[in-house]
Amino acid sequence: MNFSCGKLNNMSKRQKHGLIYILAAIVLVILYICFPKGGNSLVLLFGAAGAYGTALMFGTLGEILTEKSGNMNLGVEGIMYMGGIFGLIAPNVYEMAVGSGNASAFVAIILAILASFLSGAIAGALFSFITVTLRANQNVTGLAMATFGTGVAKFAGELRRHQVGGYVTLSNDLKAAFDNKFMPDFLKNIPIIGKIIFDQSIFFYMAIILAVLIHLFLKKTKKGLYLRAVGESPVTADAAGINITRYKYLTTIIGGGISAIGGMVYTMTTAGCVWIEASLAGTGWLAVALVIFCSWQPLHSTWSSILFGALMIMYLRIIVPFFPQELYKILPYVVTVIVLIITSTRNIKDKQPPASLGVNYFREER
Amino acid sequence: MSERISTPFIKLSKREGMKPAVIWSIRIGSILFAFILGMIPLMMAGANPFASYGIIISGSLSKKFVIQQTIKRAIPLLGCALAIAPCFKMKFWNIGAEGQITMGAIFASAIAIWSGPNVPRFVLLILMLIAGIIGGAIWGFIPGFFKAKYNTNETLFTLMMNYIAIGIVKYLQGGPWEGRQGTQIIPMFNKNARLPNVWGVYCGWIIVLVMVVLVHIYMNFTKQGYEVSVIGDSLNTARYAGMNVGWVMMRTMILSGAIAGVVGWMLVSGANGTLNSDVAGGVGFTSITVAWLSQLNAFAMILIAMILAIIGKGSATLQTRLNVPSSVADIISGILLFCMLGCEFFINYRMSFNFKAITAKFHKEAK
Repeated sequence: MNFSCGKLNNMSKRQKHGLIYILAAIVLVILYICFPKGGNSLVLLFGAAGAYGTALMFGTLGEILTEKSGNMNLGVEGIMYMGGIFGLIAPNVYEMAVGSGNASAFVAIILAILASFLSGAIAGALFSFITVTLRANQNVTGLAMATFGTGVAKFAGELRRHQVGGYVTLSNDLKAAFDNKFMPDFLKNIPIIGKIIFDQSIFFYMAIILAVLIHLFLKKTKKGLYLRAVGESPVTADAAGINITRYKYLTTIIGGGISAIGGMVYTMTTAGCVWIEASLAGTGWLAVALVIFCSWQPLHSTWSSILFGALMIMYLRIIVPFFPQELYKILPYVVTVIVLIITSTRNIKDKQPPASLGVNYFREER
Repeated sequence: MSERISTPFIKLSKREGMKPAVIWSIRIGSILFAFILGMIPLMMAGANPFASYGIIISGSLSKKFVIQQTIKRAIPLLGCALAIAPCFKMKFWNIGAEGQITMGAIFASAIAIWSGPNVPRFVLLILMLIAGIIGGAIWGFIPGFFKAKYNTNETLFTLMMNYIAIGIVKYLQGGPWEGRQGTQIIPMFNKNARLPNVWGVYCGWIIVLVMVVLVHIYMNFTKQGYEVSVIGDSLNTARYAGMNVGWVMMRTMILSGAIAGVVGWMLVSGANGTLNSDVAGGVGFTSITVAWLSQLNAFAMILIAMILAIIGKGSATLQTRLNVPSSVADIISGILLFCMLGCEFFINYRMSFNFKAITAKFHKEAK
């Protein structure tokens, strides 16, 4: 026993992680073989969770980027709401302008991404202006952003509904384009991973690529190093001649934009291109919690988003007899609370938030 | 090379000792500015902004009945702002007032539902009040405990507790406490569990006004209130002074939850007469605006809570009259908060414009 423990301690962190993943995969395969029916519903659950998980993934990635600069934007809820509505209005306007038969799916998707990104970027710029330039408290500004963003989104959705005279939605062709699971069938038919990894819309892969890109940016580039320095120790970064204001502004703007794309992905895939105000509620907050859960590491956001996506829709897929559904629905929030507690009790050095998170930097006040 | 290190055009320096009159005129000015910005969404909705503001005011203050409705909206806002004020003073970002209200409401309702019709009114109401306080305090204590012990992120913790509390009400509504099968509605409480009306509004407004005085005294004239403000200003100072920071945090959260629990009790036994999952109805969030706009001053909260209640009630009228979506109230309250946050900058810092730098630059370019 002692021997094996010693061996584990000698392993590098990467080896340890690899071992855990392999063990988890083996357990899953055994479960799948032993309980084909239960395993199937589990696979179906995670396959379906990918859609909601993608929205969460964008939200989380944007917030990771923002928080790496030391800005804690708690307004992700409002930002994702805005992304959700403006990502729907843009292709809706475009389709009405060119006529429903002539609309190109490609242009519609690009417009949706651009519009949602822009709305989040504007919100990020506003947040930076108030916290970096005007030096206001980040927490309250974030909360204000959450109220403001949801207000703007609901307002815009209602206005557009008046203009269109009915539900704001797209034609069936475009709807299908947004939710198109384009991977070839032979990949989808691979047992277990086929459904989970290959039966997804384009946004899923975009989110994963984005996670890898942000990871590479933070860990492998000079600018990423500077950004981390700004978040960890603005005093040092400032002394080294890094333009703190510029880094904070840029990352908060881009991060806000990425989070907003998550809202768009939710409306255009999970919600079926229809604007339902209440259904997006809580997603943004969950994304902020996920940032803590994956300890500010973009790569971890991929699997953890899908895990939480699965938790959110589990009550629809895995029926537990005699357990009230309303209590079942609060499961993801209970899990989040437990995760928050566990992550805070563990005191692991490389899993801490950026040291200056939530604290404004004033050069004059050192 | 030396010219390249030029002096910046705008120079900032800390400013202290501004006259209170100037400070408050800056703050009131920023509120007015927010209302001007608020005209933008009104115009986008195709409404005349001045007429819209007129409708907002007349729709919330013109008749006796609507004034009562507006005050009914203001009561929980004010109570909830009082609840979160000590937490925010401590820089403990409690956004779980919504859940604490709901939990207080659940506990109070439990007493109302389980008691027979023979319990005297006064006794029953007091029992419900105590239950509400306990419910809210428990819901406040849990995140406070983990914040004090493990430094768990309190913003997200309290928020998740909201969803959990609301989920529990939804369960009770459709399960054990359901009235007629399939209605998803808890029946109205019997008369003994209802707060009496004073001047047409349930007597919660008197209770809230009493609480304003109590919270003001607590925050400004007691040792505990002082400890809260020291922790808010500097955690290290508080530790160095020998304060038990963890305990103060827990105590403040219990107090905050208890006040929210009182609000929950008032809502079920006064405003609604029953419990439903929308009992808090977003009050927890709007009250953050109330608390911050009034700079955590308990008496200023009365005014601000009224203003936000007027905007809320008035924008509902605006929707029926001019087809402007009522969510404009959220936008305006967001803008108000942004402006208030921004204006502190002009109170705390002095900006001096260095016109010399610019003229020097022009001279150089002219040469």
